[in-house]
Amino acid sequence: MSNTTAPAPTEAASAMADPKIRIRGLSKRFTVPGGHVVTAVDSFDLDVPQGQFLTIVGPSGCGKTTLLRMLAGLESASEGTIEVAGGTAGRPENSMVFQGDSIFPWMSVWDNAAYGLTVRGAPRSEIKDTVGHYLDATGLTKFADAYPHQLSGGMRQRVSIARAFANDPEILLMDEPFSALDEQNKTLLQAELLRIWDETRKTVVFITHSVDEAVTLSDRIMVMSAQPGRAKAFIDVPFARPRDVLQLRHEQEYGEIVYGIWSQLKEEVEKAKQQADARVAPKKRGLFRR
Amino acid sequence: MTNVAEAAVTSTGAVAARQVKQRRTLSKGALRAISILSPIVLLVAWDALSRGGVLDDRFFPAPTLIFQALWTEAASGELWAQSQHSLTRLLLGFLVGAVPAVIIGVAMGLNKVVNAAVRPIISALYPVPKSAVLPLFLLFFGLGEDTIWYFVAMGVFFPVVINTYTGVSNVSAIFYDVAENFGAKRFTVFRTVALPGAMPNVITGLELGAGMGLIMLAIAEMMGGQGNGWGFMVWNSFQLFTIESMYAYLLVFALVGLLLALIVGFVGHKLTPWITRH
Repeated sequence: MSNTTAPAPTEAASAMADPKIRIRGLSKRFTVPGGHVVTAVDSFDLDVPQGQFLTIVGPSGCGKTTLLRMLAGLESASEGTIEVAGGTAGRPENSMVFQGDSIFPWMSVWDNAAYGLTVRGAPRSEIKDTVGHYLDATGLTKFADAYPHQLSGGMRQRVSIARAFANDPEILLMDEPFSALDEQNKTLLQAELLRIWDETRKTVVFITHSVDEAVTLSDRIMVMSAQPGRAKAFIDVPFARPRDVLQLRHEQEYGEIVYGIWSQLKEEVEKAKQQADARVAPKKRGLFRR
Repeated sequence: MTNVAEAAVTSTGAVAARQVKQRRTLSKGALRAISILSPIVLLVAWDALSRGGVLDDRFFPAPTLIFQALWTEAASGELWAQSQHSLTRLLLGFLVGAVPAVIIGVAMGLNKVVNAAVRPIISALYPVPKSAVLPLFLLFFGLGEDTIWYFVAMGVFFPVVINTYTGVSNVSAIFYDVAENFGAKRFTVFRTVALPGAMPNVITGLELGAGMGLIMLAIAEMMGGQGNGWGFMVWNSFQLFTIESMYAYLLVFALVGLLLALIVGFVGHKLTPWITRH
């Protein structure tokens, strides 16, 4: 186990020579109703090398979504810097696969998948080829003209994945994209995601609650501490690619890694629960209280 | 074994389902029949009672006489002449009211400053009975055609602006996040998120606005001194005591209202193809 667990996260962060994503001293503080200042993310450092599939696991409320939203540019940082190494000119820095239903109900599957390219005015032929390719890869070609309400939850999330990949960004961000799906659909989509990702091997930062999902998908897993969010441990996942999502679970090492992560996570989950219990406000009296 | 068991389950399930469905369709059909019959029964009873002298036929002329009066108006060209005046006012008033209402509603929904500035004004003006403002409009704009456009426009404006604002502010925040993440600039966010997201509410507003516009038209034509239009004909027939023709123009209002609702509904359906309607 010791070979998969890096004990000092700061060392791991500073050791990287030429990372794709470089985060230094990143903090995020919120003022919550009542005037308290909550530190969601606290002086956070992270390096992600080019082409790595990094997954962040952590207890609820540890600030991992805040971290991802700062990476996505949807949330400003209180302190610190985020650098994403650029490549091709005109390529967007990041694209996010959001948690839950995020595809536009008023656009067809095709228009949803083409959104990023259309917004930045890509040539018509490029849109046609790229969107066609990713709809094909996600098995949605038949449903190109359908509206989201005609699709199942799993298919809607496929559209979201196709939309992010078709935008061809420097890095991909995924915020618990499969959390709303049932176990079987989740496994199917994990396999599809890996297959599509294998084509381009873009740098990915993926957030999940599921340790199994993290081990299945990632090259490296970061366990985040309870609030304020810090990197508690890094675990390398040595399985070769391309991976077989099912075969993987048969490996002896799989169980060991899962166990290793859980033993890191357990303490933080308990801490997070205590924090949450302490936060529960006294019930307000409603007009129609029971 | 399993096949038999499954078959048994399916067949009983199907039987049960069919029974439930049958009962439902039966009552639905009966309800529809009642809905169709009740106005017919009312009209027939009205006709009989009016002709039989039970109802005072000065106030309640027989429906057949009303239809006859409408036919006379149509045949003489009078109906079309009046309709030209009224339809023009209704259409122009609708445009003058609805277009700014959509723009202001969207601006309120997207911009907190605009909302903070405009909302109290709308909230204060909305409860004022629109009919009571006609004298003010006559004072401001005089006795011209345009007074009626503005008056109709005012009726259309409020339901459209309020529903548009509600629609825009109810668009889920995640869609704005998506637009921002995918690099959409202000106008693109408006075009691809705010407007389509609010469209179902905008259409509801237009439906209500069309109905309100018709009310305003009737008031303005009765009181505005133009001397023509459906509203004037209702009022004029009342004063001349040609009650059949008064009823005939009330019928015109009813038919136009129905037609407007159908048109807005149809256009709305075309504008929101992603929404399933029954």
